[in-house]
Amino acid sequence: MKASEIQALLDEPACSHNTKEKSGCSKPKPGATAGGCSFDGAQIALLPIADVAHIVHGPIACAGSSWDNRGTRSSGVTLYKIGMTTDLSETDVVMGRGEKRLFHAIKQAVDSYAPKAVFVYNTCVTALIGDDVEAVCKAASERVGIPVVPVDAAGFYGTKNLGNRLAGEAMFKYVIGTAEPAPAKPRADGLPTYDVNLIGEYNIAGEFWHVAPLFDELGLRILCTLSGDARFHEVQTMHRAKVNMVVCAKALLNVARKMQETYGQPFFEGSFYGVQDVSNALRDFARLIGDPDLIARTEAVIAREEAKAHAALEPWRARLKDKRVLLYTGGVKSWSIVSALQDLGMKVVATGTKKSTEEDKARIRELMGEDTKMIDDGSPKALLSTYHEYRADILIAGGRNLYTALKARIPFLDINQEREFGYAGYAGMSELARQLALSMESPVWSAVRKPAPWAQGVSGAVLTA
Amino acid sequence: MAEIIQSKKALAVNPLKVSQPIGASLVFLGLNRSLPLMHGSQGCTAFGKVFFVRHFREPIPLQTTAMDQVSSIMGADENVVEALRTLSEKSKPDIIGLVTTGLSETQGTDILRTVKEFRAAHPEYDGVAVVPVNTPDFLGCLESGYALAVEALIQTLVPASACVGKRPKQVNVLASGMLTPGDIEAIKDWVEAFGLRPVVVPDIGDSLDGHLVEAEFSSLTIGGTPRAEIEAMGESLATLVIGPSLSKAADILKERTGVPDFRFAGLMGLDDCDAFTQTLSEISGRPVPEKIERHRAQLQDAMVDSHFMLGFARIALAADPDLLGMQVRFLSGMGADIVAAVSPHRHDSLASLSVDQVIVGDLEDMEKAARAGGAQLVMANSHAADTASRLGLPLLRAGFPQYDTVGGYARTWVGYRGTRQALFDIANLMLGQHHELEPYRSIYWTDDRDGVGQRHVVTSTAAGLVH
Repeated sequence: MKASEIQALLDEPACSHNTKEKSGCSKPKPGATAGGCSFDGAQIALLPIADVAHIVHGPIACAGSSWDNRGTRSSGVTLYKIGMTTDLSETDVVMGRGEKRLFHAIKQAVDSYAPKAVFVYNTCVTALIGDDVEAVCKAASERVGIPVVPVDAAGFYGTKNLGNRLAGEAMFKYVIGTAEPAPAKPRADGLPTYDVNLIGEYNIAGEFWHVAPLFDELGLRILCTLSGDARFHEVQTMHRAKVNMVVCAKALLNVARKMQETYGQPFFEGSFYGVQDVSNALRDFARLIGDPDLIARTEAVIAREEAKAHAALEPWRARLKDKRVLLYTGGVKSWSIVSALQDLGMKVVATGTKKSTEEDKARIRELMGEDTKMIDDGSPKALLSTYHEYRADILIAGGRNLYTALKARIPFLDINQEREFGYAGYAGMSELARQLALSMESPVWSAVRKPAPWAQGVSGAVLTA
Repeated sequence: MAEIIQSKKALAVNPLKVSQPIGASLVFLGLNRSLPLMHGSQGCTAFGKVFFVRHFREPIPLQTTAMDQVSSIMGADENVVEALRTLSEKSKPDIIGLVTTGLSETQGTDILRTVKEFRAAHPEYDGVAVVPVNTPDFLGCLESGYALAVEALIQTLVPASACVGKRPKQVNVLASGMLTPGDIEAIKDWVEAFGLRPVVVPDIGDSLDGHLVEAEFSSLTIGGTPRAEIEAMGESLATLVIGPSLSKAADILKERTGVPDFRFAGLMGLDDCDAFTQTLSEISGRPVPEKIERHRAQLQDAMVDSHFMLGFARIALAADPDLLGMQVRFLSGMGADIVAAVSPHRHDSLASLSVDQVIVGDLEDMEKAARAGGAQLVMANSHAADTASRLGLPLLRAGFPQYDTVGGYARTWVGYRGTRQALFDIANLMLGQHHELEPYRSIYWTDDRDGVGQRHVVTSTAAGLVH
């Protein structure tokens, strides 16, 4: 991929980061960078498409270290869980046999697993030695008779965030608009059906299944989720939706913007974390569709579900009230989770803003008050000192920080895509509350903070950080 | 504080209880050149023998007074004298444990007098110690029978003395019936790490640990606490008592010898282990060795790592009182919910457990409580395998008997490392139970959304954190 093309992607007009002061899409700093690469981002964005053979073209490290560690779930086929890579050898690299090997790999995947399509992920080595992945995909597609889509997001192109975007780009360029959806079956209750898309929802731990029934009830047919529990054919038909929702991440905004430009589909940004956010998302759909009856029915559903959610959360609220949270997640998730935590009566004392814009920060201040600490430095040391300084009760962050917390004898909740629990939707809130209580109320913390009986008087000091 | 609920059923279904004579016999199997003699019908012994053989996978010396119809009615004292004489003559044991059964107790046997008769009639066998224990099976359970035997052992073999600390590095360890040979080995290493010399009574870690020996056959135990060591317990510096069931035995030992004792309800979990380590450090006057500090830190790490799986985990327990208590303290210390705690026998120690109630009952009671409480894991002996499978739950085997797996007797539960392994195993069993969200299928989807003949559908076996 040309540098100019990458630059163009980083320049996302719909992204508020683009016009404001930002640190998110900036160049990674050698020696001081954490987080995944573009390849990782591309896989996160597309791997949940369940009936596709996802082939990683490169030596073993890329697929070897990452396959089978995503928390996304499928309601049916699970082809996406089968790890596939060309596993290039030294000879392949030196002799330039990568392309040939890829071609055969695609054929083998199709012969053995009958996928609906094949996605080929480029990696650093193959990008560097100049394998023409696009050409191989084209030739292979003619040979095997199903779409073979190149996803050119080699790791050195940039961050995980960029990889999300590159993946979205590939979908827009090669897949979206290549097939028509079947007309929706008339509903038994006679209500109208409106087609919508969700972009950037990954069905982590199956959490979207908490929300999906409400869409069915309201007559919102999800043509496609890009990409949680999705099927290839559904991605092809995305251009026919009336409204797109960009869920909880700016990474795939490019897809939504291009679809607006090309197909005239309006979009909005929202989240399914927290009672308030779920309600807002449903409202936004109804508003953009503009059917007064749908708006009224949506309000009724919201009222019913909120009442139910509040009742379910009541016992947890008592246990979690006034507990202090240190939140460290990237960008937008910061404030979408904040409202979820506030629903529980918890106090967010500090939040990570490394990837946030001034606009995000303003929103955080509005939600959490002026005295909220914003953390730009996400190093374990900085997180821990903030934790102690602000007398937090729990750290909520990505799995990468899990053992930072545990080693420091601090309760923890994993919020990233490797997690195993679904927190989305009205029902997901109870799960979130339960997991928070589980870690915070665990008796192990006092047990491991207390010095050994024979150490008392000698050092006396309780271990911190 | 736990409310003790006595199961009031006429019928015990899937019994949890193991009889007192079995427990008492186990003590004598932990002494060197010893053998238990059950005063009862030959069936009492045969069943006991099979029970031990299946659990330990070892040949087990166990004899019987072989009461028959006539002796059961007319008096079986002669059987006892005859059995003691025969065993003394044939096997020349150091110790014979004379253990009564329901049959001989109902008959009204007076074993103390009978032993006197044997002594009078056969002075040539004065070198053989005979330890009589009354253990009717209509009372108690394995642990209580075991405790009675330890009491009798001390009363019979430990002379009253006042020479505490004559052997300045020697400490007595009274080991509860809940401890496995693996546990005993770990305890001995623990004590030795402080430069002390443990006399473990009884020492099944030495006799029933399962090791091949030169001798092809022995009618007596090989290994176990030597008689001479028991007799010298009064010269020890201190006594470590493990398990509440042994508190009476500890009282007796202290009264006879004046050796100060330190009592521990169990040795699982950080607090238990810290208390024991601290005591050893105080007795020996030595600092805690680095290796033990390291094991402690490893346990702490395992505790924080596994708290996600054990926190709020609903666990059903069924075990004798000492073991049950140790498990309850350990698991509640990890934030688990004990939804069923069943013991076959009432013991004072149960009341202080931090569960709402302890049911004195059987495995059926455990099954019901587990079902009602939505248990996610069962810890009990092998008899609970079917119970667990009916509940659809994994079973972590603990206690007596364990006959459907190999090596249960060798497992170490106690100490920092034993606790850590238990944590790992429980956490892994919980991970295997991870509750996935039910997939939701949209009403708009066609039935063939995933096509026909989906040969690449693989059901997920990936285990995540526990729900």
